[in-house]
Amino acid sequence: MNDDPNRPVFLERRTYRRRRMADAASLLPVLGVALTSIPLLWHGTPENPASTTDVMLYLFGVWVLLVVLSAIVSRTLGNVGTQNRDNDQPKGR
Amino acid sequence: MATLNLLVLVCLSYVVFLFIVAFAADRAARDGRGAWLRSPLVYTLSLSIYCTAWTFYGAVGFAARSGLEFITIYLGPTLVMIGWWWTLRKMVRIGRSQRITSIADMISSRYGKSNLLAVLVTLIAVIGTTPYIALQLQSVTLSFGAFTEIDPTIREIENEQSTAFLVAVGLALFTILFGTRNLDANERHHGVVIAIALEAVVKLFALLAVGVFVVWGLGEGVGHTLGRIDASNIATWDVPGSRWAGLIFLSAAAFLCLPRMFQVMVVENENEGHLRTAAWAFPTYLMLMSLFVIPIAAVGLELLPSGANPDLFVLTLPLMAGQESLAILSFLGGFSSATSMVIVAAIALSTMVSNHIVMPLFLRFTGGTAVVSGDVRHVALLARRLSIAGIVLLGYLYFRLSGGGTALAAIGLVSFAGVAQFLPALWGGLFWRGATRIGALSGLLVGFAIWLYCLFLPSFGPGVILPREVFDEGLLGLSWLRPQALFGTEGMDKVVHAVMWSMLLNTAAFFFVSIFSFPKPLERLQGAQFVNVFDHSRTAGSWTGGLAQSEDLMVMAQRILGSAEAQALFSDVARQQGLSGYLPEPSPDFLQKLERELSGSVGAATAHAMISQIVGRATVSVEDLMAVADETAQIMEYSSRLEAKSNEQARTARQLRVANEKLTKLSVQKDAFLSQVSHELRTPMTSIRAFSEILRDSDGLTATEQEKYSSIIHDESLRLTRLLDDLLDLTVLESGQVMLNSQTGTLSATLDHAISATGGTSKKFQILRESLNEQITLKTDIDRLAQVFINLIANAQKYCDAKSPKLNIQCKMEQDRLVVDFIDNGSGIALEDQVVIFEKFSRIGETKAGGAGLGLAICREIMERLGGSVAYLPGQSGAAFRVVLPKSLCLSEQGPR
Repeated sequence: MNDDPNRPVFLERRTYRRRRMADAASLLPVLGVALTSIPLLWHGTPENPASTTDVMLYLFGVWVLLVVLSAIVSRTLGNVGTQNRDNDQPKGR
Repeated sequence: MATLNLLVLVCLSYVVFLFIVAFAADRAARDGRGAWLRSPLVYTLSLSIYCTAWTFYGAVGFAARSGLEFITIYLGPTLVMIGWWWTLRKMVRIGRSQRITSIADMISSRYGKSNLLAVLVTLIAVIGTTPYIALQLQSVTLSFGAFTEIDPTIREIENEQSTAFLVAVGLALFTILFGTRNLDANERHHGVVIAIALEAVVKLFALLAVGVFVVWGLGEGVGHTLGRIDASNIATWDVPGSRWAGLIFLSAAAFLCLPRMFQVMVVENENEGHLRTAAWAFPTYLMLMSLFVIPIAAVGLELLPSGANPDLFVLTLPLMAGQESLAILSFLGGFSSATSMVIVAAIALSTMVSNHIVMPLFLRFTGGTAVVSGDVRHVALLARRLSIAGIVLLGYLYFRLSGGGTALAAIGLVSFAGVAQFLPALWGGLFWRGATRIGALSGLLVGFAIWLYCLFLPSFGPGVILPREVFDEGLLGLSWLRPQALFGTEGMDKVVHAVMWSMLLNTAAFFFVSIFSFPKPLERLQGAQFVNVFDHSRTAGSWTGGLAQSEDLMVMAQRILGSAEAQALFSDVARQQGLSGYLPEPSPDFLQKLERELSGSVGAATAHAMISQIVGRATVSVEDLMAVADETAQIMEYSSRLEAKSNEQARTARQLRVANEKLTKLSVQKDAFLSQVSHELRTPMTSIRAFSEILRDSDGLTATEQEKYSSIIHDESLRLTRLLDDLLDLTVLESGQVMLNSQTGTLSATLDHAISATGGTSKKFQILRESLNEQITLKTDIDRLAQVFINLIANAQKYCDAKSPKLNIQCKMEQDRLVVDFIDNGSGIALEDQVVIFEKFSRIGETKAGGAGLGLAICREIMERLGGSVAYLPGQSGAAFRVVLPKSLCLSEQGPR
């Protein structure tokens, strides 16, 4: 339905912001996968291998980061979304 | 010191408390109070049934065995949750728009409402979940055991089986009480949800309390605790990459596919917006749940003797330190985790079993068609209750047979891998329109078979179910078929091996079979509905039907929804269509609405099958196909408008034809009536004339003869008067000049009067009443009301053609009206006659029963004057009339409610 002539080319600031937040929401799990896979590359040296405590602290740090990002994205999506419910759906999937 | 007794006491009071909370929540929801029951916070907390006893006890055991690897089980769901915009939002939206009742229903709906698929999903879910329920029972038993060992007053170890059995019985009872209160699975189980939300708080609090105690009490602060971790044997980070990625994937897949998660996430969801809160709140919950796992494991490994079961560190550490109240709190946490999981899993599975296995079988074996009268709601409820008991019992049997020896985490992962087989069909269904039913079936079958062969059966150990030779040499001696080294992949981790092969081959089968098969129209429609749920909010798939089927539909709907609900639904729609009475025009919109309502009770596949039994096939209209083929959208839209218009015209034409038929019939009736009236007037006139001539002309009549002739004249003139009275009565009523005498009397006395005026009840004509319900005082024109009753009873006497005629008079008080039904056991009134019976001069069939055909017309006029109505009630055992009086006429109601 992308060739609908009535579809605006440029969006109002609010709708534009919402679209970008939807993009961010879709990319968040990808970021999460990347961040949680990083410890797999930590091998350390044979005498001094990577320690559980380091990885644990790193993972919980990532966790908090993901929670905060998710909260920001979801909040923004919600606040902008409730006003124009009908045309807030992403098109052209 | 009777710790065990104290424990039992605390545990029982906790259970009672849960019962009270669930009951109060149910009550509040029913009374319309309790908006807080629907808050996003409660939704988030209810998601925490993901954290079962396996999390509560098993995570520490997992960590003590293999370090940080345990955290994968929580990272998977975290990733799914923060990616809600992709998948969960779509699932919830579809779940709400299609009134989905379970994961089996979801998959079956997507692939053309196929019941075969639903049955397969249900079976896999039951097989996959049973070990998990066993796991919960085992954890409760083990934690009881931990207390028994400490308590010196107990000499002998309690019978473990009986603990597990008691817990199982209690859980089944709770689930049946609060999980099967209403049939419609789309009605939320507020009581259950609030109870599991509460349990979520308890388990989080308990685990955090133990964690704080371990870090700051036993471990002497954060720094020292980290030092202890570095000194323990889980100090090095050496998780294999395949296991790390494999388990994160597995837990993410299971989070989406577990029947119990689907139940709380999609079915119990009140509002799509709740996902926005859960998107960050649930990951926080998971993070807090795993925060202290490694410290507890490390401190436990250091302080407890080397033989201690690491699965119970959460409990044994406080016990060892003499902190009994903390230990009891911790026990309650584990107990909460176990119970909430079993309750929700049993509800989810029982819905699936009853909707997709029991109900279709029941409907097939009782008559074969959907058109049988009698309420089947109790069958559905009973099926659900029995399924709950059966599922919990299965879990208990598995627990007994397996002996509960395996580590908790191992069973959990086996179960996860089983339900993860739904993922390709589920996800493919959500995002790929090309996915077909055959493809989904093949994928599921392949994945399930590999899971059984590579993971589930071997999990019992070599030689138990699979013989040892199969492990060593492969099936039939083919070495590439060894269950733990499929296609020669040796040396892999067992779980990763099974997950990899099953998911790979499952997806491949799903994909290739889908590509090379062709979907049926309904599948394509549903596919478009699911994939483009955000573009089309309306369901397509039109039904076409004729008027003759409305009554059959009503009979069927009454069985499933209950007669009051079905009648309300039908008359609502009829009113919207501008018709009176209970039978709406079976327009596509109405049929869709009805199907949606039914699927809330019995699942989409069964609802679809039942309606198509009556209406015939579902036609896919041009309008619907537009969704499937949007490249030619404009042409399609044009022709669809034409189609819609011609449909509408066809409907109008049908209505006109009905009206015309009615008019023709009325005109014929009027002619017939005129000749009837002439006849009726003439017959008495002739005899009056003849006998008066005899009296005048003949002499010598005896006194008896004179008396006989004059009484004949008298009777005949009475008959004339009655006929004229009736006509007058009707004219007066119709012109609205009637005077009503407001009187006070009870309904029961009015009925008594009416029955005695018609000759009373006898063996030849039995009248059944519910005198308890009739104790209602009315303030209205009682004489006129009695006239209506007399007419209805006399009609039943005249027309009921049963061998031993019976008339059943039922009164009930509905919200704003009093309803009196007169139902006889005859053959009823044919559909084409129902249209005209209330018209003047109409009489069904020939004139054998006498009367001028004014009775029902008078009744209708009277009831209108009294502010009520009288109507024919279709779909009962015989002819049935319903008299409705507004509640404002009732002065008191002692009897019915």
